[in-house]
Amino acid sequence: MSTQVHHAEPGIFQKYFWSTDHKMIAMQYMFTGMAMALIGGFLAYVFRMQLGFPNKSVPGFGIVTPGKYNAVVTMHGSIMIFWVAMPILIAAFGNFLIPLMIGADDMAFPRINRLSYQIFLVSIVVLLASFFVKGGAFGGAWTAYPPLSASGAYNLTPAGATLWLVAVALEFVAFLLGGINFTVTTMNSRAPGMKMFDIPLVVWMIVLASVIFMASVGPLIAGAIMLLFDQTLSTGFYDPSRGGDPLLWEHLFWFFGHPEVYVVLLPAMGIVAEVITVFARKKMFGYKTILYTAWATGVLSFVVWAHHQFVAGIDPRMANIFTVTTLLISVPITEMVFLYIATLYGGSISLTTPMLWALAFVAEFMIGGVTGIFLGASGTDIYLHDTYFVIAHFHYTFVPIAIISVFAGITFWYPKMFGRMLNETLGKIHFWGTVIAFNVIFIPLFMTGVAGDQRRVYSYAQFAEQARPELQHLRTTSTIALLVMLSFQVIFLINFFWSLRNGKRAEANPWRSTTLEWTAPSPPPHGNFAELPTVYRGPYEYGLPGRAEDYWPQNDPS
Amino acid sequence: MWQRYIIEASTYAQSIDHLFLLIAALVGFWFIVAETVFFWLIFTFRKKDGRPTQHITGEEKHLVRWITIPHFLVILCDIVILVPAIMVWYNVKEAMPPAEQTVRVIGQQWAWSFQEPGPDGILDTADDIRTVGDLHVTVNTTYHFELESRDVVHSFAIPSFRLKQDALPGRTITGWFRPDRVGTYDIQCTQICGIGHAMMAGRIIVETPQDHAAWLLHNSNPSAASEPAAPASQSGSSIVAEVRR
Repeated sequence: MSTQVHHAEPGIFQKYFWSTDHKMIAMQYMFTGMAMALIGGFLAYVFRMQLGFPNKSVPGFGIVTPGKYNAVVTMHGSIMIFWVAMPILIAAFGNFLIPLMIGADDMAFPRINRLSYQIFLVSIVVLLASFFVKGGAFGGAWTAYPPLSASGAYNLTPAGATLWLVAVALEFVAFLLGGINFTVTTMNSRAPGMKMFDIPLVVWMIVLASVIFMASVGPLIAGAIMLLFDQTLSTGFYDPSRGGDPLLWEHLFWFFGHPEVYVVLLPAMGIVAEVITVFARKKMFGYKTILYTAWATGVLSFVVWAHHQFVAGIDPRMANIFTVTTLLISVPITEMVFLYIATLYGGSISLTTPMLWALAFVAEFMIGGVTGIFLGASGTDIYLHDTYFVIAHFHYTFVPIAIISVFAGITFWYPKMFGRMLNETLGKIHFWGTVIAFNVIFIPLFMTGVAGDQRRVYSYAQFAEQARPELQHLRTTSTIALLVMLSFQVIFLINFFWSLRNGKRAEANPWRSTTLEWTAPSPPPHGNFAELPTVYRGPYEYGLPGRAEDYWPQNDPS
Repeated sequence: MWQRYIIEASTYAQSIDHLFLLIAALVGFWFIVAETVFFWLIFTFRKKDGRPTQHITGEEKHLVRWITIPHFLVILCDIVILVPAIMVWYNVKEAMPPAEQTVRVIGQQWAWSFQEPGPDGILDTADDIRTVGDLHVTVNTTYHFELESRDVVHSFAIPSFRLKQDALPGRTITGWFRPDRVGTYDIQCTQICGIGHAMMAGRIIVETPQDHAAWLLHNSNPSAASEPAAPASQSGSSIVAEVRR
């Protein structure tokens, strides 16, 4: 063995695939997440084409049979939540930002970090393999309610169902490892002088999200193992004829599934906080209050799960309790949004591309928030449950979370990640094309939902009330808007990859920001900082009277 | 606005729709106020040369009230929504008005089948009428339905009635409706149940008492009414006992 070799510049494999550098792992997560977003987007294109133009052969896919339709919607949901939103929002931004923003040279457990990504990659291999097994990919919806999901005789995708479950379980392992790492790193590796309330909001939010995830995922892992046994060993945990209960899965699933909404929401709120403060040149309005509302939301998110099950056959009296808790959770979230809006007051707002994305997040997320009240109120949920109103509602939360805030984050930190600036003109074209098309996709779906369109149905031909032409026009409108939105993503990809080599070189702090990541060179070298920084103040000191510059970096001793 | 999309054909359809409109008015108000303030701030505080930004921590008393007052108003609105929401829920799902007629609804991959009492008005006797896909009911009559599933989770939904209830294998869930408008309406399955999910359509035909009586006569065997029949399912026997009590 030649030990000298290891001191040399690492080879391509070592550098890109076996790295323990948090920035490289962040990039691995980000590019993998972006690739999965392309797959998830393609799946959306397939089933929207079937709904917009029923029974026509979909270019690039073919005829969408009922079985394929079920598989495609199941995989779209699973991929977008578990393999796009979580890896990008938590793993990519968490890995990239946490050490840089708290002034550390790397994560607390770099090798666990590497392992986390490798397990995540295996989970993707398992998931993608399920498309090619006998029977095809799992077709029982991302919620996987048994007995449908428990028996191949019912779902007709026996191999796909098991592979889906294994893939989800592996993904959970990856994020448990990641969550431990984010929490420990933030608690232990902060720069000298950085107190709890000096931590930038995005770091706080990712840590809170990790804690919520780790606390809620346990019951679901237990549930998933029981489901795996039902599938493969013919046990009867969810089979009523053998003493099991399908409702058990629904409770375990949603005990995780609802906190999961806040697991992805909080990091998105964090990203938006960083962007808004920089481009409004404003201190965050009520930094501590935002943290308290985030904690309150996190705690409350554990007691709202059964609002997914109002009409599922639970004791109807239980719905009253969960209606109260669900409407209660609107209070901290509304307050958080008010604080973001209030932050704009007295600012000096420049509408750069990242700022447009961040403001769009606030504007669009409010639609998702207010429409949630219709579903949280048990009385109206009787009708709206499992209609397209639900789909439109949660896409008005998830698209701002997983698409809009991610674009805010990528366009904002791109100079730090790659040392180059993105093209502003292309960025703005991409922004307007995406945001306008997004609204044209989902506003019609609120209307078809109110008209009674039920979910996960490949054709409405059998339902006289839904087969009316005016509803079909709405579905077709939505599909065409999706095609527009997807095609605008090409502009983003061109901008992203072209700017990697040809963008204007970025200085260390192009946005004149206060947080620590901007004191490192762009892009930061291995180890991040030439000299580890010391922190003297909170993260959002803009517009202080009596200072020459309108910003006061956290590490500036003067 | 809402009826343009879907008609109201049961007694509780209107109460659910009114709740929808109440929520729409309240959250609509907040939504418009918040978005207006939001865009006004973006416009008013757009970047202008020579105008410094203000240093505000968000802990100043005169500013914090702009958050705390709306905060309490939001709680108030939540309560204004909560009370009618729970009242509607209670009326539809908890309080069961006494049944004038009882039917059994069975979901299975991928059809709805129904068991309706024959001319004797009693379920689980030999003159019961069993149908697949079509459920015939009389207008202005309170029905209880005994909902069952033979295989996976289904959801029994009649959009025009604003009725939705999941059907679970292994248990019988009882609900009610009272149709108040003659006509034929869709029955959906709203819980994914396999590849035939989109085929799991049914119709509910709401008839006048005369039409329903004619349909009953045409489809049943009146001579069999007095003979007790073997219960349709295992859970059936207990229901028979309950109905006769």
